[in-house]
Amino acid sequence: MDNDIIIQTRNVNFYYGSFRALTDVTMSFEKNRVTALIGPSGCGKSTLLRLLNRMNDLIDGTTVEGEILFEGRNIYDANVDPVEIRKRIGMVFQKPNPFPKSIFNNIVYGPRLAGTQNKRELESLVEKSLKQASLWEEAKDILGQSAMALSGGQQQRLCIARALAMKPDVLLMDEPTSALDPISTAKIEELIDELKKQYTIIIVTHNMQQAARVSDYTGFFYLGKLIEFNPTEKLFTNPDEKQTEDYITGRFG
Amino acid sequence: MRWRYFKQNVFFLMVRGSALCIALAIGAFLLYIFYHGVGVISWSFLTEPPRDSMTKGGIMPAILGTFYLTLGAISVALPLGILSAVYLNEYAKQGPAVRIIRIGVNCLAGVPSIVFGLFGLGLFVVYLHFGSSIASGALTLGFLILPTIIGASEEALKGVPSTFREASLALGVSKWHTILRIVLPNALPGILTGSILGIGRAAGETAPIMFTAAAFFTPLLPRSIFDQVMALPYHVYVLATAGTRIEETRPIQYGTIVVLVALVLGIDLIAIFIRSWIRKKKRW
Repeated sequence: MDNDIIIQTRNVNFYYGSFRALTDVTMSFEKNRVTALIGPSGCGKSTLLRLLNRMNDLIDGTTVEGEILFEGRNIYDANVDPVEIRKRIGMVFQKPNPFPKSIFNNIVYGPRLAGTQNKRELESLVEKSLKQASLWEEAKDILGQSAMALSGGQQQRLCIARALAMKPDVLLMDEPTSALDPISTAKIEELIDELKKQYTIIIVTHNMQQAARVSDYTGFFYLGKLIEFNPTEKLFTNPDEKQTEDYITGRFG
Repeated sequence: MRWRYFKQNVFFLMVRGSALCIALAIGAFLLYIFYHGVGVISWSFLTEPPRDSMTKGGIMPAILGTFYLTLGAISVALPLGILSAVYLNEYAKQGPAVRIIRIGVNCLAGVPSIVFGLFGLGLFVVYLHFGSSIASGALTLGFLILPTIIGASEEALKGVPSTFREASLALGVSKWHTILRIVLPNALPGILTGSILGIGRAAGETAPIMFTAAAFFTPLLPRSIFDQVMALPYHVYVLATAGTRIEETRPIQYGTIVVLVALVLGIDLIAIFIRSWIRKKKRW
């Protein structure tokens, strides 16, 4: 069982200034599984997600306590370079955020700076990443066009392709469909199902149906605490905690 | 009800009136200058040095001098200004130190230009022994427009959506590369617009160069950056105040002013065109 754990948080506390956003979060993320983080707004689920690839480093005045182990190594150790961590742990954001560059250049941007210069290699990387993000059919003839001209759903799949082009092990998704229409949302959800064969996916979502549809495990957060962490089916049908039940049945939140 | 409409109309009238006043003032000024000056402008006026105690001939050395001074000022101020803005906006931890630097920059923008001139005289001309030269003048003008360029660059950097930075950093790209490849290219148009306005200011200032660079009269063109030059704004000042035959130089004064105003307005127009071209291109 322990072999399959790729990320583990141990007694993590997190503060914005003196405000405590996360309290004593301990949880394990299994390899090649989809884990969903749910909970009402401000419960700390996005904060936790952004801790996993050290994106919260960018915010002044924050403090992390506890350990976050990625493949057994604490990513908050002093000698760990966050840039290296982010190469291995990709991220997709709430709002699609392609660069104002061509589709092609959006995808090769990261790999190029990481050292891949060979043109043919980059071209095959673009094709592979776009296929993985099921955008290839729509984009293959317009690779030179600006990514800003794509629809919101296409932009979000481009952002997924861009993250995949770095060949990460883990993909973090922060409410990836909250800005999209239902059809684009369905496409992304199918995609998540496909991607979990190769990647570990951790997804924050506001939408409980989405968590139930796409994830294998679900963690429920409330007021910065992990209330319950269980296989998705159990959490949604027979939760251990009263608070979880109240939330998923819509009594609060 | 009618009373309210009346008040509204009075207010609109005032707003329109104010805008009209400004347009009229600028229009009258330009018309006056061009009316008196345009007749003097000719190819030889633009390409020949002054003759006969500056009552005849052209203003070529002054045009060239202003060109050198402006070019020098911008090559000092642009790199320094952009780098400072990148530091203030991207690297520095927002706190008291940064606030003090910002206040300093804003104060610098409010310092009268004659003070810059005296500063340049003290530091570059005397202390560093550059003498009255292109180098001293360009450095002084550079410091004068530095706050403009820092301000414009900071605004442009702030205009780059933070989601671009996040997207880049989340791909495992270093902060330095993120700034170089994503932030600066997207901020560059705004930086350039602000800088061009700075150039216009540098070209038009008299006080900072009168002690540091400008020659009363020199028919010789500069051979190094440690030579004195003539400059358009100072030339006007000299013709209008210091000559012995002020009345005779009147047409040349107007002509010089037309060239100077056309130059500064031209530079501003370029900035406006660049800005509108970018606004059309930008889509986030």
